[in-house]
Amino acid sequence: MSFWTRHQVFEKNSIILIVGILLVIAVGGLVEITPLFYLKSTIEKVDGVRPYTPLELAGRNVYVREGCYLCHSQMVRPLRDEVERYGHFSLAAESMYDHPFQWGSKRTGPDLARVGAKYSDDWHVTHLTNPRAIVPQSVMPGYPFLSKTDVDPDAIAGDMRALRIVGVPYSDEQLANAAADLKAQADPDNAGADAFTKRYAKAVVRNFDGKPGTPTEMDALVAYLQMLGTLVDFKIYNEKANLR
Amino acid sequence: MSQPSISKSMTIGESGLAVVFAVTAFLCVIASAKALDAPFAFHAALGAAASVAAVFFIVNRYFERPAALPPQEINGRPNYNMGPIKFSAFMAMFWGIAGFLVGLIIASQLAWPALNFDLPWIQFGRLRPLHTSAVIFAFGGNVLIATSFYVVQKSCRARLAGELAPWFVVLGYNFFILIAGTGYLLGVTQGKEYAEPEWYSDLWLTIVWVVYLLVFLVTVIKRKEPHIFVANWFYLAFIVTIAVLHLGNNPALPVSVFGSKSYIAWGGIQDAMFQWWYGHNAVGFFLTAGFLAIMYYFIPKRAERPIYSYRLSIIHFWALIFLYIWAGPHHLHYTALPDWTQTLGMTFSVMLWMPSWGGMINGLMTLSGAWDKLRTDPVLRMLVVSVAFYGMSTFEGPMMSIKVVNSLSHYTDWTIGHVHSGALGWVGFVSFGALYCLVPWAWNRKGLYSLKLVNWHFWIATLGIVLYISAMWVSGILQGLMWRAYTSLGFLEYSFIETVEAMHPFYIIRAAGGGLFLIGSLIMAYNLWMTVRVGEQEVQMPVALQPAE
Repeated sequence: MSFWTRHQVFEKNSIILIVGILLVIAVGGLVEITPLFYLKSTIEKVDGVRPYTPLELAGRNVYVREGCYLCHSQMVRPLRDEVERYGHFSLAAESMYDHPFQWGSKRTGPDLARVGAKYSDDWHVTHLTNPRAIVPQSVMPGYPFLSKTDVDPDAIAGDMRALRIVGVPYSDEQLANAAADLKAQADPDNAGADAFTKRYAKAVVRNFDGKPGTPTEMDALVAYLQMLGTLVDFKIYNEKANLR
Repeated sequence: MSQPSISKSMTIGESGLAVVFAVTAFLCVIASAKALDAPFAFHAALGAAASVAAVFFIVNRYFERPAALPPQEINGRPNYNMGPIKFSAFMAMFWGIAGFLVGLIIASQLAWPALNFDLPWIQFGRLRPLHTSAVIFAFGGNVLIATSFYVVQKSCRARLAGELAPWFVVLGYNFFILIAGTGYLLGVTQGKEYAEPEWYSDLWLTIVWVVYLLVFLVTVIKRKEPHIFVANWFYLAFIVTIAVLHLGNNPALPVSVFGSKSYIAWGGIQDAMFQWWYGHNAVGFFLTAGFLAIMYYFIPKRAERPIYSYRLSIIHFWALIFLYIWAGPHHLHYTALPDWTQTLGMTFSVMLWMPSWGGMINGLMTLSGAWDKLRTDPVLRMLVVSVAFYGMSTFEGPMMSIKVVNSLSHYTDWTIGHVHSGALGWVGFVSFGALYCLVPWAWNRKGLYSLKLVNWHFWIATLGIVLYISAMWVSGILQGLMWRAYTSLGFLEYSFIETVEAMHPFYIIRAAGGGLFLIGSLIMAYNLWMTVRVGEQEVQMPVALQPAE
């Protein structure tokens, strides 16, 4: 019986055909995806990497909502020009708490993986409000509405709880103080600012949008942008630690 | 009026579905009242309204219909169900024009950023997912549903399975599009490319998709032909695999069942791999396997020639679906993904070139002995040119997946150009060709209103595609080269903003190309509308059917 005659079993039986399809399409995905949950290089722990603070998380949600990832990548490739333009290439660990990941696929604007601490808060606020006020050739949309929208401090604990269930290690203490921490990070005079910085290593407390009162989405987004790529100290990073 | 009548009663399907929708309407009202955010309240209200409409539709349909359900056959001829096909074909045209229009708007925003008007709802970041979803899932999806329902009935010589189920599929799918699309404008997104709809839209799509699979599968099982026709293998692979991809990529935990926000179960590198396993195979199975099914039915039909090689189609089918799944990591070259995964992705992408061209050859060679028809039939010309574009972009794809090429092309407009040579040239043209065939067939018309207008559509759209993709080639390669250019002193030669500025003329050319493509589709919509409105009825010939074997 030739191969072509044998193949008729698929041509004449829809259930066998479906099972055949399922088996054939399962192979590639299983081989490529499953090991990523076990390999040391993909689940590496690197000193300094921590979950987002409540304000940073609120900012990240704005980043996702406005679709920033459609024009900005967050993944510096280990190529000479990229490392010189943006900084150290991105590590797997640096996005380990990202649900979803925001590596992006297009650079209509520059990569943002290491944009943190490169520009002043004021620069970001002005640039986000009207990009062409600072960079005349820019094609980025303006986001003046962010300054006019307050972040709800009481809502963020729910987000952090959901993230904890999907694997982000927020502590009970961090959850309990979520709303207070969110307000504290945007207000250096806040009594809770010290306790906040103890809960989140390397977190920066500033009035990001420069305006008094409840934190706005502008505060949140700038807080997020200013921490991007700043958590790992590459002076002491041991790149051999996760080799095997 | 004393007819010997069967007592009329609701079927289990009718009464059951009416009850389910009544309950759904009630739950949606509660969800809308308790909603934590405005978009969720709006969507729950839409869900309530749609459910009430569904109950009305089901009950009204029951009172309008005769006591007996439509027969499977009339005079020995299958009693084909064309209603859902007509609806889906209409929606395909509607969403197509909407999607092309939004594409033109965002292309113009990149050339002239003032067009964002500083408003949240219409800024690029929210409109771009609206464009991609409208063209891929709304336009492409409706074309696939319409043609698959047509092809499966005709090639199995059986009436579509179920009476309400096919309507549930087409209406439910378009309701999903409505929820997803309005969600983008209101800022409801998962932030995963081509999988932006939030958890509740994803759940709804899952239900609709399972029913779609069942309707298709049961129709295949009811077939009067011993063999399952080639096109149906491809449709089946498309439906089954999209279900697997959708479930694998979208498991998410809602912050609250009364809110739109959710967090995806996967994080970081695992999420990246899941995403591009999904993303690339949305191309492989939605935009390729599904439309190859169209190629395998509509080209032989239109050319009145058999498929060139049945054996080639067998190899084409299994090789394509096996190899495609592996190709995802080529979207993640030089990222934090392990090297071995990237290399596997590249290797399989290059191998994928072979079945892709095997399929192209099978499609093109089907015209053996009928090449002269290209001169007289612009619809066939559109179908054949689509296969040529398929060949072109399935060569370009493997080439771009080679790591050294990718280091230049990735993150640039070259990718956008590549996608559009596939999307406009292959998916667009094969869909247009299929709709030009399908509308006269489904509405029982002798032919199209005007072949001359098809010709105009063909040339205007082709010109648009050429402008689009050549502009993106130039801008993409230019961009990639500028990013890596060094001065003789060893410094980076260009700041990032200089590369943005250099793109401006190409963005204008691209927008012009997209505008031409949109104009072509408007001509098409007019032509199809007139075909339905004033086209001459075809007289059904009562022929005795014989099995193929």
